[in-house]
Amino acid sequence: MDEASLLLQYLLSGITKGSIYAVVAIGFNLIYSATGVLNFAQGEFVMLGGMVAVSLARLVPLPVAVFGAVVIVAVLGCLLELLFFRRLRRHTVLHLIIITIGLSIVIQEVALHVWDEKVRALPYFTGNEISSIRFLGAAISPQAVWVLGTVGVVVVALHAFLKYSLAGKAMRACSSNPEAAMLAGINIPVMRNLSFGLSAGLGALAGCVISPITSTHYEMGAPLAIKGFAAAILGGLGNPMAAVAGGLSVGTVEAFSVMLWPAAYNDVAAFGIILLVLFFRPEGLFGRRAGQGVREH
Amino acid sequence: MRDTRHQLVWLLGIAGALLVVRYSLRALDMEYCLTQLTMALYYSMVVLGLCLVMGYCGQVSLGHGAFFAIGGYTTAVLTTAHFDRLARSPIGGWLQDLHVLVARQDAFGHPAISFNPWAGFMAAMGLTAVIALLIGYPALRLKGHYLAMATLGFGLIVNKLVLGTAALGAADGINGVPRWTLLPGLIVSGRSEHRVANFYIAAVLLLVVLWLLRNLVRSRIGRALLAIHDRETAANAMGINTAGLKLKTFLLSALLAASAGVLFTHYTGGIGPSESGVMKSVRYLALTAAGGMANLWGACVVSTLLNYLSLRGLFGTFDHAVFGVLLIVMISVAPEGPLRPIGVWLRAQLLRCKPERRPSHGPA
Repeated sequence: MDEASLLLQYLLSGITKGSIYAVVAIGFNLIYSATGVLNFAQGEFVMLGGMVAVSLARLVPLPVAVFGAVVIVAVLGCLLELLFFRRLRRHTVLHLIIITIGLSIVIQEVALHVWDEKVRALPYFTGNEISSIRFLGAAISPQAVWVLGTVGVVVVALHAFLKYSLAGKAMRACSSNPEAAMLAGINIPVMRNLSFGLSAGLGALAGCVISPITSTHYEMGAPLAIKGFAAAILGGLGNPMAAVAGGLSVGTVEAFSVMLWPAAYNDVAAFGIILLVLFFRPEGLFGRRAGQGVREH
Repeated sequence: MRDTRHQLVWLLGIAGALLVVRYSLRALDMEYCLTQLTMALYYSMVVLGLCLVMGYCGQVSLGHGAFFAIGGYTTAVLTTAHFDRLARSPIGGWLQDLHVLVARQDAFGHPAISFNPWAGFMAAMGLTAVIALLIGYPALRLKGHYLAMATLGFGLIVNKLVLGTAALGAADGINGVPRWTLLPGLIVSGRSEHRVANFYIAAVLLLVVLWLLRNLVRSRIGRALLAIHDRETAANAMGINTAGLKLKTFLLSALLAASAGVLFTHYTGGIGPSESGVMKSVRYLALTAAGGMANLWGACVVSTLLNYLSLRGLFGTFDHAVFGVLLIVMISVAPEGPLRPIGVWLRAQLLRCKPERRPSHGPA
């Protein structure tokens, strides 16, 4: 394989992983815009999606299993909102963030006890481990095409939802000015609930499509959360669509970082991005510099 | 006058409590428990530092496990690796004259030259300070909770680096860390003949830290920190340098975690990669929350107790889950901690017994 196609290979693998980070980052953004909370359990939704789908796939056909996993995890997301975040409205954002940290640990431990510490994976949606598609001298797994296709469809659908549907417009209103939204008759608690459900469901879908490539493991959540967060702040926190660009960039940087240091250290890339963004462009690549309001959550 | 008498009563009470613990364990023939108790006391030192960041500054750090590990690993490497070549160089001779490099016997009884534990401690402090500033400066300049994510990422990396680096013992960690003579006669070491002395050393060090932090939070700085915690914008408007103060607090707390790591490593004679895990950081967080966040005494008591129980293996396979559940329950049910209401009640009872009851001046 020559130099150019090797680089292309890195790029493709970076984009595939990056699209998953993008979905996690979108999840961060949805919850952050609606509630002001950084949800540390975001990576856990991805893990749960994969785990539930692997279990369901033994009983029902694969598409049904994936659909079931997404629905179950989305419902779980709504339940978490109802159980913790709605009841604790008088708590500060600090408390709510700490609760999400606790939730992520508890979900992880529950997953460890329900499933076990073994690595699991869904079967390839089409083809298998060794089938590949040639693309300009690089090889792509058919599953990568599934990942990119699914994420692409999800992003377009979400964009349309937020832009054109009544519920989507209400969600955006909720994030830009809760008081005004409330005065306009928008039911803010329902919107917050919706944001949790949507973000959990999206995470679960990402967990299903990536499972054949990277496998699913009960401890996979925290690293995903970090990379998703890196993607989210790179795009600009509070901007779901910019998170897609952020996610793809984080994935690509990570893929090319194996040229510099061993693959075992690839988390360093995401951490480096976080530090650099915080140092030089805390509003993100696509954010506006002005408008640091005095609203404190 | 009243304050000094008050403090004297406290001091006697604490000394009494320590003696009661030590002698009741001896009476029960359970002196071996002092080992886990000492370890729990060192863990509590980390929790105290975290109290400052969370309770008084309103920031979350998920990197304290990593700072603890940095302290431990720095001293472990410097005091166990062989620096014979360095010792033969001109600088080495000079360092040996200063007792920075000392001759010792390695685990196989061979002569070796390594750094003095005090040098290990200093190096650990230096390294931790640099890293804490590097993470804290960008993350704390901004409003919001960026520090939480930045430190989580940092914690994950430290864990990966430790596990992936052969010089740090990879999954085995580092063993054979020599004892640390704090002062002549005061030796931090895990040998059974030093067990009782080390319990007292750990307890006294923890109390000193507690006393210093208590004075800090009752000073002008402490009130500024509370203002930041409540309303950062308002604090800024009052002329408080919020970013600078948050950074200093984070730095102090990271240094405390690293010192605890150094002491712990010399006490147990080694350190393993699990100390740097994210789970450890979450555990410190849970204990801080369980102590009541801005409650130094509460944090001390709860953390020592729960760490001790965990070290004794009471929670079995649910060890991590216990701390996760604790975190959620404490924050959602009693964000002020369970001990404050009890403490208020106790104080009311005690004051009622006193003959000369006066209205208190400001918060006690």
